[in-house]
Amino acid sequence: MTDFLPTAQGETIFALASAPGRAGVAVIRISGPHAAAAAARLGAADLNPREMTLVAFRAPSDRATLDRGLAVLFPGPASFTGEDVVELHLHGGRAVLDGMFRALEACPGLRPADPGEFSRRAFLNGKMDLAEAEGLADLIDAETAAQRAQALRQMGGGIGAVLDPLREELIHALAMLEAWIDFPDEEIPPDLLDQTGEELAGLATRLSGLEDSSARGERLRDGLSMAIVGPPNSGKSSLLNALANRDVAIVSETAGTTRDVLEVGLDLNGYPVTLWDTAGLRETADSVEREGVRRALDRARAADLVIHMAVAGTSYDADLPGRDGARDLRVASKTDLGGTVPAGWIGVSVKTEAGLAPLLARLTEEADRMMGLGEAPSLTRARHRHAVGAAREAVERARAGVADGLPLELVAEDLRHAAQAIGRVTGRVDVDDLLDVIFSSFCLGK
Amino acid sequence: MREVFDGALGFPYHQAMSAQADTILWDVIVVGGGHAGCEAAAASARLGARTVLVTHRRDTIGVMSCNPAIGGLGKGHLVREIDALDGIMARAIDRSGIQFRVLNLSKGPAVRGPRAQADRKLYRQAVQEILREYETLSIEEAGVDDLIVGADGRCGGVVLQDGRRLRAGAVVLTTGTFLRGMIHMGEERTPAGRVGDGPAAALGARMQAMGFPLGRLKTGTPPRLDGRTIDWAGLDAQHGDDPPVPFSTLTDRITVPQIPCHITATSEAGHRIIRDNLHRSAMYGGHIEGRGPRYCPSIEDKIVRFADKTSHQIFLEPEGLDDPTVYPNGISTSLPRDVQDSLLKTIPGLECAEILQPGYAIEYDYADPRDLTADLQSRRLPGLYLAGQINGTTGYEEAAAQGLVAGTHAAGVTLSIDRAQGYIGVMIDDLTTRGAPEPYRMFTSRAEYRLYLRADNADQRLTGLGLAAGLVGSARQAAFETRMARLDVSRETLDRLGGSPPQLAKRGFSVNQDGQRRSAADLLSYPGVDWAALVRAWPEELAAIGPDLAEQLSIEALYSGYLARQDLDVKAYRRDEAVVLPEDLDPDAIGSLSSEVRDLLKRARPTTLGQAARLPGMTPAATLALLRHVKRGANRSAA
Repeated sequence: MTDFLPTAQGETIFALASAPGRAGVAVIRISGPHAAAAAARLGAADLNPREMTLVAFRAPSDRATLDRGLAVLFPGPASFTGEDVVELHLHGGRAVLDGMFRALEACPGLRPADPGEFSRRAFLNGKMDLAEAEGLADLIDAETAAQRAQALRQMGGGIGAVLDPLREELIHALAMLEAWIDFPDEEIPPDLLDQTGEELAGLATRLSGLEDSSARGERLRDGLSMAIVGPPNSGKSSLLNALANRDVAIVSETAGTTRDVLEVGLDLNGYPVTLWDTAGLRETADSVEREGVRRALDRARAADLVIHMAVAGTSYDADLPGRDGARDLRVASKTDLGGTVPAGWIGVSVKTEAGLAPLLARLTEEADRMMGLGEAPSLTRARHRHAVGAAREAVERARAGVADGLPLELVAEDLRHAAQAIGRVTGRVDVDDLLDVIFSSFCLGK
Repeated sequence: MREVFDGALGFPYHQAMSAQADTILWDVIVVGGGHAGCEAAAASARLGARTVLVTHRRDTIGVMSCNPAIGGLGKGHLVREIDALDGIMARAIDRSGIQFRVLNLSKGPAVRGPRAQADRKLYRQAVQEILREYETLSIEEAGVDDLIVGADGRCGGVVLQDGRRLRAGAVVLTTGTFLRGMIHMGEERTPAGRVGDGPAAALGARMQAMGFPLGRLKTGTPPRLDGRTIDWAGLDAQHGDDPPVPFSTLTDRITVPQIPCHITATSEAGHRIIRDNLHRSAMYGGHIEGRGPRYCPSIEDKIVRFADKTSHQIFLEPEGLDDPTVYPNGISTSLPRDVQDSLLKTIPGLECAEILQPGYAIEYDYADPRDLTADLQSRRLPGLYLAGQINGTTGYEEAAAQGLVAGTHAAGVTLSIDRAQGYIGVMIDDLTTRGAPEPYRMFTSRAEYRLYLRADNADQRLTGLGLAAGLVGSARQAAFETRMARLDVSRETLDRLGGSPPQLAKRGFSVNQDGQRRSAADLLSYPGVDWAALVRAWPEELAAIGPDLAEQLSIEALYSGYLARQDLDVKAYRRDEAVVLPEDLDPDAIGSLSSEVRDLLKRARPTTLGQAARLPGMTPAATLALLRHVKRGANRSAA
């Protein structure tokens, strides 16, 4: 078996190395040939190897102070990944991290790490023991799952919802070019290239709009989301109020009062958690309420944890749409009315406060489990931003290529890079994706 | 690479086996005389292995069963690669091509594909002629009914239809469409390998009994027409390139007379006839279970799937210089004979055309190629190699390229070509990793390193590998080394010439006044600077560089920026390819793998980490778990 020499990787990557969530100190790790240069751009120049240095970190763009913290350089190969590594020890606030990520992204040659990429480099460079000691391989599964959840959650006003359609558009444009290249003797419409040029222009505009909106900064949605769902009048809003200790939802005795999604921020053992109270799930003729039910289902699909709720003693079909891999919890409410609590359910009475403490403990446990393994949402966003930015640049090169009459295989090459960038977030674009589009669009072959 | 030759003692298998009265000992037996079989036999014989090619009929060796053409996009690339490894296909088409065209001439060099129409008879003759030159190659006219499995579990020969047993160190099976082949024409079904030849029924049944993962595929062919009954007057002619560009680097020029093809098209009237008779088509009548290729649809398929198209073009391809047969490329069909006749009457120019042989669909067995290792050897039965349509591919070129690889390994020599080195590597990796859910055909879009895998540099990419393997003869070696030496000198010249912006301005190049020196090679990569511009600037220094080298250097310059970026991708790819998975890898022993991933790994049995990562359904987390498992094992065994 070949031994792995530390190879010069083309790209330098960064990510949060400490656990996300509220913490006193957060550590950002940068690995690759540009690690030291990137640190220098942020104010940590001339680091001595393996020596902590106090640094005032500044954004290269406007020299604004980001944080005061420590920086340490581990030159490769004696480092975590076997490459040059810089660690930045910062105050763990979300705003600080988000600012650092943005500053790092803007450094030449840097990009946010893909899930598991640090461990992967460490393994490939023969640093297995270290990586294993940190138990990282187990983390990867969680990371990828968390990343998917994050994307889904950000669909409301974020990047995720638009990336999938953009991926489809990109595949379509690339498929048109590939058809043009691979089937020269076939009856392909002569205006195909013009159409593709227009498609690319539209795509570039949408990507750059997306880039702008993400640069303005989305609302931070760090932390976990939990949705309470169940039939009308099962006490969802009362539970929310009880947990939040304040009146955020209108609680009434009339079924179907909550027609929208209300949310409240909770702090569970230091982890930020957003709790969603959703409209009662039932068939209804009321269009406003129907919209509420639709939103409730949407929220349930996007939540990390779904709390199914029903009045103790009533029958309830808990087979609700949760997203893949989402955890769920079953809560029987109004136990003070005397209904039985089914096995596996947590019985709660908001009136007598019976069962609230065990429920909170359970929610905290879930938050621990999920947040302890997840990744910082701001890094997920940084990765999205990077994917969109790289794709936008590549699409613009391709569009200019079409306009300038560049050989088509080079235009296609740029689009392949765009697809690769988007594919990092949405799933790889494969040649079969292209062939499917080609063969369903054109009658090819003799 | 394994050392194979052992001086005068010849091949290692010889010594290992004792001759028995009713057996002849061979190093390699190749079953099938199609394009895969011929390249396999030739490669094995080039390596000095005593090789026998077993085929039903000696005179059908090298026959083109389907359309009379070689090359095209992706396919032409494969032919150039076969040539770079001193295979026979390129030389055979150069001796028999009657219309040469480089496809995509208006696009860049990476996606240009050489293609030629062949005179069927001349092609067959050329193949047979070239095969006769191999001294260690014999031909045996016979059918094969069974495989011999030795006590060691290896395939050690074949049993012929007449009961004779041939023994060998390795067997290459290239059965094409013969393995339980079934011809469909309307409601008629005829067991056959192609029209006029019986199928290999016994062998198919045996392979199924032995547990080979067999499936059914189908392909089709159009009616053959009598060109003397075609009204050519109103049809558009399509001429070849002048002068024709040969496939082989060993061919100086094409001497076969060149003739044009003609183009016609179907019409609404014909489409109506097809729609009215759809139920009588073998395909749509429900007689066919095998899956056909989407890129080679029958005319029925085209009309059903693209109902809004009012016309489909047809290329009328002559089958030979002194042969009146015409191959109407574009109307492959499994409709009954009478419908084929009615259809022709609606096609301009073919109103009175007579059918010499009706079109038909053929269904045949293929063996799931995921059961093969990268040397195309069966994991189920070591010593047995499979190549061509039996692996789920279509096309002469795909078959020939696999034949070359299988024949080389059957002769005991390693020839490994990766995805960054050749289309051959792309194809074999695709087949062994992803299988062939539909008949596999090469496209340039399958190659992620397409800008480098060009038809013009196949020799630079592969002839070195071929030389190391012992596959390349002295004539090609000499030509290759001369060309490489001249290329090196020319590249050095281009790097040496150049100057600062003011110096370049004097020679007629305006560049940014940034004080940077630029070489002639740099200049050539700029838009608007071509070879002629360089020659105007340095007429004396560049006079010695001929047009073929100039073209090569211009192509390299055109792609230089993109190729530099691609190099990074290639490095990452090779890093994962270098992580070899142990042969006895037990996915169940790796914790943290989902059962889906375990099943995937058990079925596909990837040999490298990179191959595992390319499996459809593999997750990054699973890839990492696999890597960790492998590295841990390696550490333990090193300790």
